[in-house]
Order: sequence, then C-alpha cells, then structure tokens
Amino acid sequence: MLTKRIIPCLDIKDGRTVKGVNFVQLRDAGDPVELAKIYSDEGADELVFLDITATVDKRKTLADLVTKVAKAINIPFTVGGGISTVEDVKILLNAGADKISINSAPVHNPKLVDEMAAEFGSQCIVVAIDTRNVDGIDFVHTHGGRKPTLLKTQEWAKEVCDRGAGEILLTSMDHDGTKAGFANEITAEISSMLSIPVIASGGAGAMAHFKDVFTFGKADAALAASIFHFKEIPIPELKSYLKKEGISIRN
Amino acid sequence: MKVAVIKYNSGNVKSVLYALERLGAEAELTDDPQKIRAADRVVFPGQGEAKTAMEYLKERKLDQLIKELKQPFLGVCLGLQLLCEHSEENNTDCLGIFPVKVKRFVPENTQEFKVPHVGWNELENLADDPLVRDLPENPFVYYVHSYYAELSEYTLATTHYIHDFSAILHRDNYWAIQAHPEKSSLTGEKLLSNFLNL
Repeated sequence: MLTKRIIPCLDIKDGRTVKGVNFVQLRDAGDPVELAKIYSDEGADELVFLDITATVDKRKTLADLVTKVAKAINIPFTVGGGISTVEDVKILLNAGADKISINSAPVHNPKLVDEMAAEFGSQCIVVAIDTRNVDGIDFVHTHGGRKPTLLKTQEWAKEVCDRGAGEILLTSMDHDGTKAGFANEITAEISSMLSIPVIASGGAGAMAHFKDVFTFGKADAALAASIFHFKEIPIPELKSYLKKEGISIRN
Repeated sequence: MKVAVIKYNSGNVKSVLYALERLGAEAELTDDPQKIRAADRVVFPGQGEAKTAMEYLKERKLDQLIKELKQPFLGVCLGLQLLCEHSEENNTDCLGIFPVKVKRFVPENTQEFKVPHVGWNELENLADDPLVRDLPENPFVYYVHSYYAELSEYTLATTHYIHDFSAILHRDNYWAIQAHPEKSSLTGEKLLSNFLNL
C-alpha cells in the first residue's frame, strides 16, 4: 500500500542550515549533509532543502551542497528557493537533486511550469504555493507569504497541475509558525480537486496534527521544520504513532 | 567491479552512480559501446519520456547493443519500461527484452489514486531470485511513475497501486525494477548489492 510521507524541511543559507537545530549527535549544527543523514536514518521519507540565499553567485554553493547530499543519502530530496529558469533546474538536477520546487517564478511566468515539465518530466517539478485567507477568499502570496497576488489559490493549483506540475507543496501562511495544526480544509479542497499529490505544510505542532492532515486534510505528504529540528517530535515516534492510528506509513 | 551506467538523455542519473559508489563499485556514466560491453555489470537508469528516450537510443545504436549484452543487466524505472515490448506513453515500440506491455495508470477514483504514483510502496509476492534475496518481508521502495508494466511470467515481485503491476522483472541476464533502488534507503541498497553480487 502506498504510504503517507513525512518530510522534514531544512532552510539553507550559503550552504549551511539556518534555523537552530537541537540535535545532540550533530558535530556541526550547521552542516546540512549531517542533518540530512540523521533524518534519513531516522526514517524520514523525503527531504526538502529550501535555499534562502539571496544572491546569484551563491548558486554554485547550492549546487555543490546538492552533490554532497546526493552522495551521502539514499532517500529522495527536493531543492527549492529562488529557482527561476530552466537552466537553474538543469544545474540542480545534474548535481543530483531528485526534484526541484518553484514558487514565485511561475506566478510571474506560468509557462515556466510547462517548459520545465517538458524538459525534465513532471515527476521532478514541485510547485510550491503559499496561501493566505483574505476575507474568506484564499489568495496566493509570494515573497515568503508577505506579498499578496490576485491569484485565487484553488484556481492557481488547478492551473499549475494542468501545466504539468508533478506535485503541489501547499503552505498555509495563516497556519505557518502557529503550531496549531495544518490547514486541513484548504488542503482537502485542493487535494480532492487535483490528480497529483499534495504536500501539506505549515502549522505542525503535535503528532495528532499529522493524523488530521492525512485524514481530514487528504494530504499525500506532510512537511515540517522546527518541530523536527528541535526534536519536539522525533520522527520514529511520529511514525509509530501514525501507524497505530491506522495511517499507512513506511516502517 | 566495473559498472557501466548507460548514458542517455534521462533525468537524475547521478544518484544511481553515487549509490553504486557507496557500495564500493567503480561506476561510470557512459554511452561508449566498448566500455559498456566490457563492464562487469550494466545499469540502465532513467526518468523521462519513453519516445524521446527510444529515439535517442536508436540514433546511437544503443538499442542493438543492449539486446546483445551478456553480463547481468539492471533496468531502473523508465529503464524497466524501455526493456518491455511497447509503451502506451506516446505509443512507443520499446526494446522487447520482456514481452510485456507498459500501460498508463487509469484510476476510477482520482481522489483516492493520484497519478503519478509517488512515494513508498511495498514489494510483494517476491519470487525466489538472487536479486531479492535476504530482503525483509514486504519491503518498501520509492516510486515515481505514471506507467507500469503488466504482470507476466517474468514478474519477480509485484506492487499494488490501483491494481497489481510488475515491480521487478527477470529474464535471462536482464533484471529490471520500476522503483528507484538508489532512493529506497536500506532496501534499495540491498537490491543493488544483490545485483552486484549476482
């Protein structure tokens, strides 16, 4: 049976992890490769690396990091953050990334999704959508959720799916950082609408939140950052809890 | 042990190289017929689209070469599909090592079954074969695909998604796996090391 996926997300700046991590076994708390290896050994199903380096010349650092990660771990990983051209994608895939995730770029130029899917295959193109509810309507936001667009989240999700996205990474900016649970309603709505998998993100604070997003939220995968980094929820515990709750999970 | 990983216009093949290197093999990405013939093992990886891949192989006469090889050969993902007879993906005639048809997943309930089939799923009904020796029961492997090979007498293991399909095929010196062993954690490592030890 196909299982639900648990995905830790690592924020990267200049080739180093940014947010503080609370792993005693880490020799170098800023080394993404070491952290990735720990997550992989603990049973994470996939990893996401989100590069928040602003400058273009730092891109080389990211490609080098991707190579190091690909050499070290044996589970799939996605790389995102500031990817805006077909060439960017080529460099990262050639370096050993399994998937790339794009966010703001296709909002400005939707055809990018078609171009990337045609060139590399839908399976490696994840479209990240940051959504925020404004007066009862869900709108796509860019720039880390700060900048609203006129795109309605549901319509945009449908459009990128039609254009060839392989997966949607849906982050609720209303829930992100609250630890009050995932945005189950909109996640369920998008997941039911689309024929491609949806990864839910934003709001994880307790193990029950994962169960909820896999059942009520109809998510195919769930992503979180700080609760894993700070060991608030260890991945092995989370997985045995979900299994006990009847969710299909990889051992 | 020298492993030739066949180079053609497919997606992330670096991971296959890295996984083989982690197991101590000397792996090289190559489309040089001499090197491929001389290798102890040949891996045929792949992500991407069937028709373009077949055209690329034909242009370089790699299609003939693949059929003539005698050493243990492992097709992965699209590599498995291309070893079959025909793929529904852009109505493509493939290499025909396995007389098996490749079809697209067509779910009746698109809410329950997304396409592509992405994520970790189980290998089931494992036959007695050196490639799958000493694996745990119903081990999990990582999948990303929209097309699958039908069940056949060459099916060595099955996976269930919408229905059963051929997860691993074996005929003579040719093995093929639909999942990505290079991304399938310890189970994937075991499959690859079994392949190197055939």
